[in-house]
Amino acid sequence: MDKGTWTVKAGLAQMLKGGVIMDVVTAEQAKIAEEAGACAVMALERVPADIRAAGGVARMADPSVILAIIETVSIPVMAKCRIGHFVEAQALEALGVDFVDESEVLTPADESHHIWKHDFKVPFVCGCRDLGEALRRIGEGAAMIRTKGEAGTGNIVEAVRHMRAVRDEIRKLGSMTTDELVAEAKALGAPLELVIEVHKTGGLPVVNFAAGGVATPADAALMMQLGAEGVFVGSGIFKSSDPEIMAKAIVKATTHYRDPAIIAEVSKGLGVAMPGLDIRTIPEENLLSPRGW
Amino acid sequence: MKKIGVLALQGAFVEHIALLRRLDVEAFPIRLPQELESLDGLVIPGGESTTIGKLMREYDLMAPLSSLCNEGFPIMGTCAGMILLAKRVSDLSLEPLGAMDLEVRRNAFGRQVDSFETDLEIPAIGEPLFHGVFIRAPFIERVGDGVAVLARLPNGTGVAARQGNMLALAFHPELTDDLRLHSYFLSIVNGDKNQ
Repeated sequence: MDKGTWTVKAGLAQMLKGGVIMDVVTAEQAKIAEEAGACAVMALERVPADIRAAGGVARMADPSVILAIIETVSIPVMAKCRIGHFVEAQALEALGVDFVDESEVLTPADESHHIWKHDFKVPFVCGCRDLGEALRRIGEGAAMIRTKGEAGTGNIVEAVRHMRAVRDEIRKLGSMTTDELVAEAKALGAPLELVIEVHKTGGLPVVNFAAGGVATPADAALMMQLGAEGVFVGSGIFKSSDPEIMAKAIVKATTHYRDPAIIAEVSKGLGVAMPGLDIRTIPEENLLSPRGW
Repeated sequence: MKKIGVLALQGAFVEHIALLRRLDVEAFPIRLPQELESLDGLVIPGGESTTIGKLMREYDLMAPLSSLCNEGFPIMGTCAGMILLAKRVSDLSLEPLGAMDLEVRRNAFGRQVDSFETDLEIPAIGEPLFHGVFIRAPFIERVGDGVAVLARLPNGTGVAARQGNMLALAFHPELTDDLRLHSYFLSIVNGDKNQ
């Protein structure tokens, strides 16, 4: 029996497809998320909107919070570590989390290097803004990718930008001749063998979700129609006025993302979505998505 | 050409559709009850069993799926699909379809770090061994009369079963390149009654 293989790591991401992964900060919220139909939860100490408001250094959550959530739900539990902080990742693996998110939402621990994720049995998900960043992370061993968006804003615009960038670059690679791929790999800053694979298959070698700014069922369906294979919802659920109803509605909209009648139906009477932020009003040093190298 | 629906509420349904199409059947996603009409067979894929189970309820798929099961309709469930077909499941907050006389334990091998790959002997499909991919997988705790266990781990744990025209697998043939279990399911669709 071989454990922790690439197939079972990338395979878990395949099992999450078409689903919604919800940020939760307590066992009670985790239960609400599971009851609403989340396919996994992300265990955190604070949702991104609160991390943004609090400032300071954001770190891995307290293990007692993560363990309480693991004990409460039977769906997969994810948790975040800082970029490059491989010891936080080792601790999360030891706690038994099912997926580690090496996340720009926390304050980076290393401004040059990400974690070498092939060394772990637990699978990793990492954020990207474009294809080059996605392929660098996959090269390091990420078994799942999510476009970053701008977490904690309730504004979908950056998520759309990043998803379109990835899709456009994949299309561009597909239209190139083989002899053009080396120069393109150099331009993307991506491993050549992965560039060749994307050129051949027309897609990423791992599952790609959307994240960062999903606040409504229509936002979730928009990202799915743009090519996301599922969505992460951070602050969008537990910062809305009725988290239970919002969570259920986003789950339904993600499954039925091509069915406008269902999206319209589930969008009725949701209460107030999380208050949003205009990205252009955020000082550059407070943006989360440029973190990552 | 036979029409096989793949329940597409959540999970790895695209992988099943791609494998089935390689076997020259018409395969397509099913999300609503009206889409179940005029099918020859159905696959319930891997994914999160609570998510799939809840969406089955929300969109009124439980009753039509139960009546298909009672009619002896060919259905194959993998991982979450096995859980949803079982009669009894430990640690599941909702009622499964209960179509197969199986008692199943969810996340039976542990958490994701315990997910594994191993080769399985499956006499129903013959040689060579089948490469089983187990991801937060369930296993069979008990089978009723009329259920044949098709595959076991070396310690005797049942990981595949057939009852009539229904097939339940704890692992993921859709994550491999081996078409034999899908072919076996299509032989059931085509009326092969042998167990």
